Amino acid sequence: MSQSLRPYLQAVRSSLTAALTLSNFASQTAERHNVPEIEAQTSPEVVLTPLTISRNENERVLIEPSINSVRISIKIKQADEIEHILVHKFTRFLTQRAESFFILRRKPIKGYDISFLITNFHTEEMLKHKLVDFIIQFMEEVDKEISEMKLFVGGTVPLLARAEVNRLQLNARARFVAESFLTPVSRAVAACPAMS
Amino acid sequence: MANPEVHHLFHNPIADHSFSADQQTLVVARDTSVELYGRSGSSFKLQDELKGHDKTVTSVDIAPSTGRIVTCSQDRNALVWEPSPTGYKPTLVLLRISRAATFVRWSPNESKFAVGSGDRLIAVCYFEEENDWWVSKHLKKPIRSTITSVDWHPNSVLLAAGSTDAHARVFSSYIKGVDQRPEPTVWGDRLPFNTVCGEFLNNSAGWVHSVAFSPSGDSLAFAAHDSSITVVYPSAPEQPPKAVVSISTQLLPFKSLIWRSEDEIVAAGYDCEAFRFQGGEGGWQLAGAVDTRGPSAAGGEQREESALKMFKQMDLKGKGKDDTQLKTVHQNTITMIRPYQSSGSGVAKFSSSGVDGRVVVWTI
Repeated sequence: MSQSLRPYLQAVRSSLTAALTLSNFASQTAERHNVPEIEAQTSPEVVLTPLTISRNENERVLIEPSINSVRISIKIKQADEIEHILVHKFTRFLTQRAESFFILRRKPIKGYDISFLITNFHTEEMLKHKLVDFIIQFMEEVDKEISEMKLFVGGTVPLLARAEVNRLQLNARARFVAESFLTPVSRAVAACPAMS
Repeated sequence: MANPEVHHLFHNPIADHSFSADQQTLVVARDTSVELYGRSGSSFKLQDELKGHDKTVTSVDIAPSTGRIVTCSQDRNALVWEPSPTGYKPTLVLLRISRAATFVRWSPNESKFAVGSGDRLIAVCYFEEENDWWVSKHLKKPIRSTITSVDWHPNSVLLAAGSTDAHARVFSSYIKGVDQRPEPTVWGDRLPFNTVCGEFLNNSAGWVHSVAFSPSGDSLAFAAHDSSITVVYPSAPEQPPKAVVSISTQLLPFKSLIWRSEDEIVAAGYDCEAFRFQGGEGGWQLAGAVDTRGPSAAGGEQREESALKMFKQMDLKGKGKDDTQLKTVHQNTITMIRPYQSSGSGVAKFSSSGVDGRVVVWTI
């Protein structure tokens, strides 16, 4: 782990632990409803100030806490256009399968590549420290995966043609990566006594 | 210190729990139903299920002497369950609120109860003989957000309430015909309904999770989302308080707090364990965790790891150490703590319930 990555992840970890203090909170605007307040944005007093943690201009995390939900958005490092395409492919693959990820948001927040939405129901049935671990692990691995994919794509073919040629290969690769990401989630669920 | 008495009831969150006066019956709020457990030997067995709500039950309370149970839920209703030879019989309370009911407590004299709600009001409910019905009067005035908790003064007239608008307030809930004229207290002497006897905000204005009057009723403590506890000592009616002591901690926020005696508070919350605070008007400080037996003993199920087991774990789960167990007795947020048994010097035992489905009785 590089020198600047460690304090960055540590800052994200402690901010997330503090933000994941959620409680069951019914809507104040619609009767008999219980919605994530961070998404509804109807009661300003139960939404806290959002927090951005940046490692540099290309890598940052936005944590938006509220009384019963937290939204976490991650901007993944994209040094050049090929990384841009790879990140897009990768996050699209994940968000299309959002229901099996439980905490993944279908659409990322504007300006970010991938968003998670954790509600009080998630922290009730899953282990809170494991949820934090999952996000941190995701952040650690995703850069590694993207650069590996970049190496895999190879060096000299013009960008667009290369993307076309490798589309099938990329898809296969993305599926493999996504499966390796899916496993920590299903494991965390299996390890949680509430789900078994 | 004696080991805590742990009852792992189920794998759902417990929003609130309440013991009967003889401690033989335990009532817990589980999802949309209320479960009644009876003591058999050293454990609790499910006896009855009180079904009547159709949304998450948020709070339950047993009246110690009459044995009536009051429950409230996010479906906007509160029910009073009368004990009868054939089981508990529910009566709907005329709350007149249009948002979730969040918190309910019987007054010490058991003639009234207060229901906090997301409708930015508190319904003070009492029994009207002529209509044979529980009716309510609303405390509305300065409340601007959901009520998170309420607590009764020992005189059954004053009511403290904490809310997500970051204020802890003290109201008068004097109802003509139900209450006797109360003795003058430090909070006020003339107390018509909805008199605001105090309104307190802490430094960083976090949501108030829990409020509690001291055993004498002469001071008020509240826990807020900025991980702090604030203790207020009022001086005289209409005067600024003589001391407001705020204790901020490095811990996660507290969800619930109780007074052990006039100089000790116990609070618990997102750290999954209870902490003691000691002090007085001059200042308060954190005195440490209630469970002082050390992390290895507290875990209970921590076993000696053999090399074979370690490799097996690595093979099966891809990691050497199983870190899915927390080192505390509760494995998730503690939602409520309540006094369980009192002795001469104050509360000797208290009970806690958590999101992990455990009810634990602690000896201080």
